[in-house]
Amino acid sequence: MATLEGRAGGKGGGNAEIPFIAPGHTPASVTEAISEVVTQKTPKWWYAGFGVAFLLVNVLLMSITWLLVKGTGVWGNNVPVAWAFPIINFVWWIGIGHAGTLISAILLLLRQDWRTSINRFAEAMTLFAVACAGIYPILHVGRPWLAYWLTPYPNTMGLWPQFRSPLVWDVFAVTTYAIVSALFWYTGLIPDLATLRDRSTNRFAQVVYGFGAMGWRGTAKHWHNYETAYLLLAGLATPLVISVHTVVSFDFSVAQLPGWHATIFPPYFVAGAIFAGFAMVLTLTIPLRSLFNLKDFITDRHLANMAKILLLTGLIVLYGYIMEGFFAWFSGHHDEGFMMWNRITGPYRYQWWALILCNGLIPQLLWLRKVRHTPWMLFLVAMVVNVGMWLERFVIIVTSLTRDFLVSSWGSFSPTIWDWGLFVGTIGLFMALLFLFLRFLPMISIFEMRTMVPEAKLDRSKTAGEPSQGAS
Amino acid sequence: MAQIFKRSTNTLAKATIYGGVFIVAFLVWTGTVLDRSSYNTGQGIVLEQPVPFSHDHHTAGMGIDCRYCHTSAETSAYAGIPPTSTCMNCHTQIWANAEILEPVRASFRENEPIRWQRIHDLPDFVYFNHSIHLARGVSCFTCHGNVTEMPLVYQDQSLQMEWCLDCHRNPEKYVRPREEIFNADYKPSEPQAVIGARLVKEYGIETLDSCSTCHR
Repeated sequence: MATLEGRAGGKGGGNAEIPFIAPGHTPASVTEAISEVVTQKTPKWWYAGFGVAFLLVNVLLMSITWLLVKGTGVWGNNVPVAWAFPIINFVWWIGIGHAGTLISAILLLLRQDWRTSINRFAEAMTLFAVACAGIYPILHVGRPWLAYWLTPYPNTMGLWPQFRSPLVWDVFAVTTYAIVSALFWYTGLIPDLATLRDRSTNRFAQVVYGFGAMGWRGTAKHWHNYETAYLLLAGLATPLVISVHTVVSFDFSVAQLPGWHATIFPPYFVAGAIFAGFAMVLTLTIPLRSLFNLKDFITDRHLANMAKILLLTGLIVLYGYIMEGFFAWFSGHHDEGFMMWNRITGPYRYQWWALILCNGLIPQLLWLRKVRHTPWMLFLVAMVVNVGMWLERFVIIVTSLTRDFLVSSWGSFSPTIWDWGLFVGTIGLFMALLFLFLRFLPMISIFEMRTMVPEAKLDRSKTAGEPSQGAS
Repeated sequence: MAQIFKRSTNTLAKATIYGGVFIVAFLVWTGTVLDRSSYNTGQGIVLEQPVPFSHDHHTAGMGIDCRYCHTSAETSAYAGIPPTSTCMNCHTQIWANAEILEPVRASFRENEPIRWQRIHDLPDFVYFNHSIHLARGVSCFTCHGNVTEMPLVYQDQSLQMEWCLDCHRNPEKYVRPREEIFNADYKPSEPQAVIGARLVKEYGIETLDSCSTCHR
């Protein structure tokens, strides 16, 4: 841990003086501070937040019920835009999930210790985002009760799914992603569930956390098994960071539509996913660390590191936009050229210009150290990116589908109130799951944070500071 | 501090994890078996009819051809259920007063069709045509089983889509020479693999297995 400063971005930007854990913490105070979030009396703002989320979940349920009663005609989707909000929102949510996997798997393998403060939280966010994403394709098939037809199984119809279709690859990619993410998240939780079991005072909580901890006693053998399993899962999850959004991009790039049929799509989508994911992690982390008094563990340096990843992936995404323009010109193809011109000046030009502003220009503010180190500014930039990434999918899907090769098949798309209801509803579901997670599970990995403490002790010898938050 | 769980919980936990795999496997297996069971398909189940009409007696015993009653099989989508008057062609002369045939005479007298229980009922979203199957050398008996040995008719095959596709994908396994399709005692003169392949070519049978062949 002593070499941590040197490894984890200590050189650039002059962040090294800000530690990853506030000075003065001991293993006991870390455990106390993080598990207190779960064991304390439910704070009032939690009820308010969960209440809003719960209302939005009801919007989701109403939107789904009305959809099932009336059919997919309640949406704005129609030929030529047969895919509209469902796929826009699906890709948006799936993308958001990518930060969790990147943080938990790739940063673990790269030994970026600063991930410890945010990995649990980001992984939970991944799971909830994938759950929200999964709702859309299942509803979009029209008869969701038959959605299991997407999986290959020996059925009486004598049929297999169309394995040549990227939509079927999607089923496998997203299912694998959901399963591996869930396993990874749960495995990491086991030692902390045991901590909560041991700290709980009422019988019900002891039994529930005890079930979750699966008999964890913290013996050397347990730790050995745990470390092996965790590393193996990290290895399994690493290719998923790349593969899932690559397959999602195939949904578009395998088709021959102008604006979709481009080789840049897989890397451009993967970078966009990580970009969106980190934006969402920042959006959630900045308010939550204040509300839960966890600024000792999620320091400004964590935020600054995430801001740098946001800037990097944002530049790759911007490169993608420039390449789209370049391809349109360099292909010399009439329809490709028209596609680009139509994006800039056509009926959806406002969305395109807003997209360039949100994803291309505003993130450039992150070059400024001041922005990276001012939480409220960072929050605003992250929020803008969340909107921008949604607009990106809107522009890609709607502009290409409404302006096909044949003028006779041109059309337009506008969403209905049920499109918006479903979208807002999944945001509610995401929030509701997040609030439940924050209330009942430790949002930061307690046992991994304890391993960070010796470093904090070193600092204490210099500053002799008291824990600024913590034991209470 | 007292232990939260009893010692036996360890065993129970392990049993649940390993057992879970078997329970899931068992449920999947049960699902596939139930899906193909006669409970679901109606295969092999004899229904009670208003008159216990024996196909065995009338065809194998009396030598009546399928088409004497099912007149439209060769020319239309529907094979045709005979009107009561077809029965009365003979039954005004033989067994004219038999107790068992009273519903037939009543139907004839009152001009009310006999309400037979339908055995072979395809879903409404499936387009099926008898005439083209006969014209391409698919025998009655291939789908309906050996009706000439059935005192009361039952559904011989599952009629599930995988069963349709078995022939639609490999028609050479089932086709007969056209002149043999109404012959219950037909035995291929050469191995089916040889004769089937030849007939598929001769009759110009295509492998029609696109969705819209049947789901129009």
